[in-house]
Amino acid sequence: MKHREYWIANLRLVGVLLSIWFLVSFGCGILFVDVLNQVQIGGFKLGFWFAQQGSIVVFVLLIFVYALLANRLDRTHDVDEDE
Amino acid sequence: MSQQLLIYFVVGGSFLLYIGLAIYSKANSTSDFYVAGKHVSPVANGMATAADWMSAASFISMAGLIAFLGYDGSVYLMGWTGGYVILALLLAPYLRKFGKYTVPEFIGDRYDSQIARTVAVICLIVISFTYVAGQMRGVGIVFARFLNVDVTVGLLTGMGVVFVYAVFGGMKGITYTQVAQYCVMIFAYTLPAVFITFQVTNIPIPQLGFGSELADGSGYLLSRLDQVVTELGFASYTDGSKSMVDVFFITMALMIGTAGLPHVIVRFFTVPRVRDARISAGYALLFIAILYTTAPAVGSLARWNLTATIQTGEVGVLTANLQYEERPEWFKTWEETGLIRFDDKNQDGRIQYYNDANEEFVAVADSYGWAGNELTIDRDILVLANPEIAGLPDWVVAFIAAGAIAAALSTAAGLLLVISAAVSHDLVKSVFNRNMSDRNELIVGRICAAVAICLAGYLGFDLPAFVAEVVAFAFGIAAASLFPVILLGIFSVRVNGIGAICGMLAGLVFTTLYINAFKGMLFSPMFENVPENWLFGISPEGIGVLGALLNFAVTLVVSYCTKAPRQEVVDLVYNLRTPRVVQTKVSHG
Repeated sequence: MKHREYWIANLRLVGVLLSIWFLVSFGCGILFVDVLNQVQIGGFKLGFWFAQQGSIVVFVLLIFVYALLANRLDRTHDVDEDE
Repeated sequence: MSQQLLIYFVVGGSFLLYIGLAIYSKANSTSDFYVAGKHVSPVANGMATAADWMSAASFISMAGLIAFLGYDGSVYLMGWTGGYVILALLLAPYLRKFGKYTVPEFIGDRYDSQIARTVAVICLIVISFTYVAGQMRGVGIVFARFLNVDVTVGLLTGMGVVFVYAVFGGMKGITYTQVAQYCVMIFAYTLPAVFITFQVTNIPIPQLGFGSELADGSGYLLSRLDQVVTELGFASYTDGSKSMVDVFFITMALMIGTAGLPHVIVRFFTVPRVRDARISAGYALLFIAILYTTAPAVGSLARWNLTATIQTGEVGVLTANLQYEERPEWFKTWEETGLIRFDDKNQDGRIQYYNDANEEFVAVADSYGWAGNELTIDRDILVLANPEIAGLPDWVVAFIAAGAIAAALSTAAGLLLVISAAVSHDLVKSVFNRNMSDRNELIVGRICAAVAICLAGYLGFDLPAFVAEVVAFAFGIAAASLFPVILLGIFSVRVNGIGAICGMLAGLVFTTLYINAFKGMLFSPMFENVPENWLFGISPEGIGVLGALLNFAVTLVVSYCTKAPRQEVVDLVYNLRTPRVVQTKVSHG
């Protein structure tokens, strides 16, 4: 049962991170871009900034956060590579 | 030293470096040749992946595309980076755990089917050859433009260099040359960008600069750009003109296409452990993001520089258009190449640059005494002309040339290697001679790499007119054929071989036919490529998403209607899912 719990926890982690992935790119950068463009930060319209800068920055952070949390998950469920 | 000599010096020096690295890291076994012995550190693999990934198109064409497309260009920025999130979270760690050499090998083992493996090889070859032909062409063009040699000579030189380090070094050789190529490339890209941003906005960081005020205090760069381009009849820079549905689907197709590209996936086979595969994807995207967040800044600044050079004051005032006789030096240089052309339609000796395809604006332009747009600019020159526009010294131009060649060579080498691995490992060895020794397989692998290089060179030399369309095709096929079956192979234990074969073929055929129907590659186009004719308003660039959905649906339906996979396969899937090797006999999940 140990592996089943690990797999479910893993799917939950991936699910949460992919929701953020979808939100910043397809959400902020495409679907709600017109609404967000009403907000101006410096010279950037916010929706435009998400489409050309923000989404990419968040993508990078998401992978590093995933690597950190997935490695921790491996250890807590005792399925990591260092035995 | 003359500029020409400097370019020879820098480009020649970079070649020596690559070849030296390849000799230093010669492949001694098939493991070295296919997956660099699985000894590559996550950071080095990240750099190599970034170089592998960023092609001549990313380096030369992307900023120019964004400059002319504005917001619509975001599809490339998000599409070509977001795919790494999918790759890192859903594929890379599991495929690394699988621990063998190629993508078709994974599909063959997981689906317990030699036919599935062969279909995967076909998809891989179609994807990689269409992609590599464009790269070889890129190498030829860069050589022709910067080294003043014939395109053919350029192509042969490029082939020769790739030949040396891919054939002898294999994956091990290309990995370390790609690390060097990444450094050359990123330096050549960011340096001119920093100078240009500083000149226009007084801020030396491109990512911040393009959201700042202009140095002359006339307002924010992007607001002024929006204002002046709309006054000239173009779409507003920050709003774009593609439909939201199409932007959504193109972005998604590029993302899942990226995650399904074999030459990118295979890079994650080269690191020592599962957790290295995870973090390595992070480094890869970080290194890619340095260029991809600079590109939109370069794009907007280039568009601004270009517009402000030609439209020096208020639109409609006669003297606000640049006199042709007073055009700057870089303008003259690029005119010689034919990539900037001026045609004085209203014979006033001044340059009018505006959107004469916008019918409403043509009436306004008539009232100004303008007789049509007089300037044609090739998008690809914006990055290449950047150092000249910024007035940077000659050695920077030399680095741009070396960077562009590095971008094309690194991608070409990565693609050629997955092609040769698929042929030698997945076809020759597994179909014809299962008992081949490691030594002989290595020889076959080298021969395949050599043949693939010659074939790619030939394609690059004699590329049919659809060169610009082939990349979209490669992404569409990758999204619709390989990605869904790899993903399902990991996340479902129920899908089986017959389902995967039907799914891959359905995705491949549907996507190929749809793209052909509008673009015409295998046969002449059947419909005009306009939004009214598109299925659900999705352009051929975005159709890979529907192809992928079709593949998912077919694979699942066929699998559930046929026999469940053998227990050995079920165990294989469970084994993929945990980093540590487990011996499972009971089923769970």
